[in-house]
Amino acid sequence: MIRGKAWKFGDDISTDLITAGRYYHLRSNMNELVKHIFEDADINFAKEVLKREQVYIVVGGRNFGKGSSREHAARLIKMVSPAVLAKSFARIFYRNCFNLGLPALIVDTDKIEHGDELEIDLAKGRVRNLTKNYELNFSPIPESLQKILQEGGIIEYIKKYRDIKF
Amino acid sequence: MGLTLCERILSDKLNREVKAGEIVVSPVDMTIVQDGTGPLTFDVIKEIMGKEYVFDPKKALLVIDHTGPSPRVELSNFQLALRNFSKNTGALLRDVGEGISHILLAEDYVKPGDVVVGADSHTSTSGGLGAFATGMGSTDIAIAMILGKIWFRVPETLKFNLKGKFQKGVYSKDIILHIIGTIGEEGGNYKAMEYGGEGLKELSMDARFTVTSMAQEAGAKLGIFPSDENTKKHLEENGRGKDWKPLKADDDANYEKVYEINLDELEPLISIPHNPGNVKKVKEVEKENIKVNQVFIGTCTNGRLEDLRIAAKILKGNRVHKDTRTLIYPASRKIYHQALKEGLIDTFIEAGAVVGIPGCGACPGIHQGILGDNEVCVATQNRNFKGRLGNPNSYIYLSSPATAASCAIAGKIVDPREYV
Ligand code: SF4
Repeated sequence: MIRGKAWKFGDDISTDLITAGRYYHLRSNMNELVKHIFEDADINFAKEVLKREQVYIVVGGRNFGKGSSREHAARLIKMVSPAVLAKSFARIFYRNCFNLGLPALIVDTDKIEHGDELEIDLAKGRVRNLTKNYELNFSPIPESLQKILQEGGIIEYIKKYRDIKF
Repeated sequence: MGLTLCERILSDKLNREVKAGEIVVSPVDMTIVQDGTGPLTFDVIKEIMGKEYVFDPKKALLVIDHTGPSPRVELSNFQLALRNFSKNTGALLRDVGEGISHILLAEDYVKPGDVVVGADSHTSTSGGLGAFATGMGSTDIAIAMILGKIWFRVPETLKFNLKGKFQKGVYSKDIILHIIGTIGEEGGNYKAMEYGGEGLKELSMDARFTVTSMAQEAGAKLGIFPSDENTKKHLEENGRGKDWKPLKADDDANYEKVYEINLDELEPLISIPHNPGNVKKVKEVEKENIKVNQVFIGTCTNGRLEDLRIAAKILKGNRVHKDTRTLIYPASRKIYHQALKEGLIDTFIEAGAVVGIPGCGACPGIHQGILGDNEVCVATQNRNFKGRLGNPNSYIYLSSPATAASCAIAGKIVDPREYV
């Protein structure tokens, strides 16, 4: 069970908004790079989340993670959020999340407000909004991605099987 | 039911018929990383294999295109990581100034029917050659480089049938902007965008690469053209005539949706800040009298020879506006060299433009053209996301090279039909 407070972003959050090109030189230093996560989308996010006083869950709108293939975007979110929720995800970002063992869940996030307390049950495919007291079902995770997630990401999967078997 | 181009390519690779929706594990013909995504790919390879490793060094290409020549020490070290990996594994390296990975792939490596994966979202560019080419994250590419294969979901396909002829001032960039404006930035999500119809012959290979490069801006997995006489000519011109084979979809292939695009009716288009999907007619935007501080011609979308020829034709005998710095980055050394021989570079310099190093130029927002506060840039690149040219307080408009060159002369956003 994953629990945390929703940090709400809008539609069309690009990987440039998650980690801006101008911090490219920090890609080899993720602990520094994470200080600039979402900087151009919401300047307060990094400051608040990195206090580590409270678990936050990143919640987006449509086409979350669109744009570049930079996997750093998904890796940075994994450093600060146990899952990412959106109405829809861009393709490369979606796959990157599961490869890293970060659940990316497709759910109608219009119903979630900033600051709502959420509880996610991956096995049951449900998000509970504890603040507003209702449940949302997320779209089923494709089987191939489930297998990757079960192993904790594709790196662990490959270490174990030395092959792709699905 | 017949096969789409994607289904055909993957079926040929796997020696069995595959259909959209299936999960397949396919061998790959080429894997690529660039200086921004390579170091992380190598870290993952080392984590899994305990050392630097590739399954076949001739099928792994490392390109220093985003940050070359390096403006700062951290980036110099990323570049070193690529050079060292190449030394240690034998993987192919293309160093600073040789060109953008997607252009080099098209010039020297990719054949019709190939499966290509790259740690760069515009890997789809090679689809212009009739290849199944798509971008992924560094970890997926690490796995492809280790195993020589990777998993895909065979995509459903949207078919775009072209007919008619380009009218004055209209180019292939306008086709793809039209498509993104029509289907939206998510319209192609998880899907393939396949091109067909009698209008195909109107599109040179350079023009096709512009269209396939921007598949990602419609959310698609890839863009793909059949392999025909134009493809053959491109391969011959690059000394690879023997790599050609014809390739097309079956007439009775199953498409999720079919769109008709009449080139006769297409007009010059432009994407306004901050999303590629905000597509308008240039003649409408012209009315707003928007001053342009920077024009940027280049990138994997529009830095090819045909693009430079189009820009040169407009700039010839003209001066760029005194308030509009005009940056032109040929997409590869080969293109630069040919442009030099044809006198295009002379034309640019005489017009007052800056001609830069072959590579990504300003596009990744790291150097070579970062915008100042509130500045406006008309760029031939593929993304106008907030901050893309290094400054979140600036504005990027996406257009064809013809529109960009016209804006350079006028110093404001103008319809190129007044200038071509
Ligand atoms: S030119 Fe731009 S879009 Fe193309 S590979 Fe380089 S940075 Fe990416």
